[in-house]
Amino acid sequence: MAAVATAANAGTLRRLMAPGWIRAAWMTLAGAAFAFALVVGLRAVQGIDPVIKGDPIVTVILLAAPLAFLVGIGGFDYWGRWMIGQPTRPEDHSDHGARSWKDYFRVNTDHKVIGIQYVVTALFFMFVGGALAEVVRAELAQPGQQLVDPDTYNGLFSVHASLMIFLVVIPIFAGLANYVLPLMIGAPDMAFPRLNALSYWLLPVAGVMMVSSFLVPESGAFNTGWTAYAPLSTNAPLGQNMFTIGVQFAGTSSIMTALNFIVTIITMRAPGMTFWRLPLLVWANFSTSLLVVIATPFVAGSQFLVLIDRALNANFFDASQGGDVISYQHIFWFYSHPAVYIMMLPGFGIISEIISTKARKPIFGYRLMALSLMAILVLGFTVWAHHMFVSGMFSWLRIPMMITTMLIAVPTGIKIFSWLATLWRGVLELSTPMLFALGFIVMFTLGGISGIMLSAIPVDIHTSDSYFVVAHIHYVLFGGSMFTIFAGIYYWFPKMTGRMYDERLGKLHFWMTFVGFNVTFGPMHWLGLEGMPRRVADYADKFAAWNLVSSIGAFFLGAAMLVFLYNFVASWASGPRAPGNPWRARTLEWQVSSPPPIFNFDEIPQVVGGPYEYGVPGSVHAVLNGDRKQVPVGAEPGAGHAGHATNGNGNGNGAGPESRRE
Amino acid sequence: MVRHLRNPFVQVGLWTFAITGAVGAVVWTLPWEPEQASSQAGPIDTLYDVLALVSAFVLALVTSILIVAVIHFRKRSPDDLRDGDPIHGNTRLEVVWTTIPALLMVGTAVYSGLVLANIEESKADTRTVNITGEQFAWTFEYQQERMRAGELHLVEDRPYLFKLGAKDVIHSFWVPEFRMKRDAVPGMTTTVRVTPTRKGRYTLACTELCGLGHSTMRATVVVEDQAGFDQWAQRLKSGEEPPPGGVVSQQGSQAAGTDAQQQTGEGGEAP
Repeated sequence: MAAVATAANAGTLRRLMAPGWIRAAWMTLAGAAFAFALVVGLRAVQGIDPVIKGDPIVTVILLAAPLAFLVGIGGFDYWGRWMIGQPTRPEDHSDHGARSWKDYFRVNTDHKVIGIQYVVTALFFMFVGGALAEVVRAELAQPGQQLVDPDTYNGLFSVHASLMIFLVVIPIFAGLANYVLPLMIGAPDMAFPRLNALSYWLLPVAGVMMVSSFLVPESGAFNTGWTAYAPLSTNAPLGQNMFTIGVQFAGTSSIMTALNFIVTIITMRAPGMTFWRLPLLVWANFSTSLLVVIATPFVAGSQFLVLIDRALNANFFDASQGGDVISYQHIFWFYSHPAVYIMMLPGFGIISEIISTKARKPIFGYRLMALSLMAILVLGFTVWAHHMFVSGMFSWLRIPMMITTMLIAVPTGIKIFSWLATLWRGVLELSTPMLFALGFIVMFTLGGISGIMLSAIPVDIHTSDSYFVVAHIHYVLFGGSMFTIFAGIYYWFPKMTGRMYDERLGKLHFWMTFVGFNVTFGPMHWLGLEGMPRRVADYADKFAAWNLVSSIGAFFLGAAMLVFLYNFVASWASGPRAPGNPWRARTLEWQVSSPPPIFNFDEIPQVVGGPYEYGVPGSVHAVLNGDRKQVPVGAEPGAGHAGHATNGNGNGNGAGPESRRE
Repeated sequence: MVRHLRNPFVQVGLWTFAITGAVGAVVWTLPWEPEQASSQAGPIDTLYDVLALVSAFVLALVTSILIVAVIHFRKRSPDDLRDGDPIHGNTRLEVVWTTIPALLMVGTAVYSGLVLANIEESKADTRTVNITGEQFAWTFEYQQERMRAGELHLVEDRPYLFKLGAKDVIHSFWVPEFRMKRDAVPGMTTTVRVTPTRKGRYTLACTELCGLGHSTMRATVVVEDQAGFDQWAQRLKSGEEPPPGGVVSQQGSQAAGTDAQQQTGEGGEAP
């Protein structure tokens, strides 16, 4: 009896102590209890009245509970065991790969599992953020107050923007790159798999924190916009802390991922994969990661300063105590302008991959394409104050910021013209990824152009903080970033899921998105020029007509996303099996099965040529598995060079024998 | 002639011409912007129109190349497994599309700089109005006339210098008909110059998110002749006009905490 009880106890204890959701749950509670005791204890010792006060307790809980959650779920297990001298679990890669859907809810060090975790999490928050936007548009469909009070309204657009930026666009690019980048450079995984896992698990923490801010009693969600300008944010009620602290977790996640990408790209390229043979997606993520590593600490700093002002009365931004209000904006935008490129450069990489493959042509001006990414990286750090032309900052500073902002159009223009030249005289396959890529080119050009207008100081003085800016950022971040994201999701869907998506639904999704997007955001240009300020719950009657049009467009756009959701779920569950290389692409991720084997390649490939040599007779990008299989580059069909490979619908790695039979 | 029309480059030219014309017509002929009620509005609108036309051309060019490429070079059948021409680049072309945009941008910057100097030029006989924003109301203080008001009354064709301050959080001064905007920042004085040129009633809207009442933080702006202004000033001094600052200001949630701010803020503004 006693032995059975002990065994049962031991079993229960083991379950409680094993990494996973049970341990995460009780550790989160323990972390919260610790934070509560710490605050109450400190207040009691110092004799602060009242001893139990909500705001400081919640603030410390927001910092402590997520860390405890991360420990509980298992993010630190390997390092923890090593530090306390216990035997670390040998790297048998038993955490690698996902055998059932449950494996996606555990800490996993496989870059392919993490990539899917990222993408699905980001899509989840995309639907949450999108739903918030639909409520915003419903409220704005008519002048006056219909659905929500102004406080809630301010919370809706603040959480919408924060989610879309920190939980959708930035991490979904990290997720796609997580999946395909190691494959593209011929690596078995990222350089730091455990850091990679931890980076992912920080994200849901940030997302849940931001969304749950709606539940804060008497305060509601943070409602100072995603820009959280001081001193509005330093005086806002408790919900603001959900943003201030949530950003720390999202930011830490992106910094760690970016470090991982940089080290992976520098050290883990397959033999022969020189920088000038890297696919442009890798170049794009290299420059993006440099941006993240340099810039993101600034947004972390800006929010820490706000938090310290709020919690510890430090008065960084309290003018009455000698603080400087405008310095917040300088620190904030020193990150948040580069953040625009963090949210765009990976998309540029995706578009280059798709356009080259779907036009069956080498990228026009490959080296200049790579160098223009680096030019945007450098110039991106010199333009931040163009967000502050009317802020009252020192006035001559506006001129150099205007010039650098306009100059950034030059490398961007190089990219657009090079994509167009890549299309010219190709053989264009207009499948869904290509439609999104082409739609991106036009929409992003429009967004870039309105950006040039905003960089002209006199025009900016009129349009700044108006709906013109709202239109501009959505043309850049939706017509730009989101179009590239959809393009990338469709393009790599067969590789990531092993299934084909439904092409007709994909095209329907594209056309509905294209129309809905323009009907929603196009009219906002006119609204801004006419004089409608942004971030208003109510507006003058003369703006009613265009607002109604915009709202109708937004609901149509929402319907388009449901088409996408259905296609995504149904195709993943029961779409036809995907071959290894359905697009006849040349980059390395397509030369293995779909989905790829656990360690990607049986043998590390030998890279011998550029990645986009379509149409070049006899060219080869890489040799896989010794000399058994060559990745052909630019073969004329039937040209009869090393014909045992993957130009048709070859089935990648698993298809060695068959392809040799040809 | 017809043979030339089949040339894709000729088609790009035609599409570009057509799209630029269509977009240009829409941008230039329809009145997208509110009426011009200041001397600053004209140069800004002209700059906007020029940029819009150049933009229409660039957008039309990009769209046309894309449309023609899709028409001419699309894959005709699923069995078509050809590759495109292995063109890796063209240095001359790349130099062209680096240089021309760069020159265009330098030109735009110079033009914008000239317009900026023009609209912010200080003029003789400028009057000063101190404008203070607080959650959620505006107060206007006339230095010369020694009076405070809840409406902004301006004399037509007279240059004004607005000195902006804020009591609590950042607000922003914008009268769309004037095309001019500037943030009002706690702890410092910012300035903006406007010369109203057209009589009428306009709305000053706060354009920097300032809290719960942001969307209702508006004030009336009246541009009138000197006689009208004098009459209004008379009525204001005799108490016939509504009191300055509005009643709303008393509801400011941080009224106690911001008094000190206001004193430091206004200390700098004292003439």
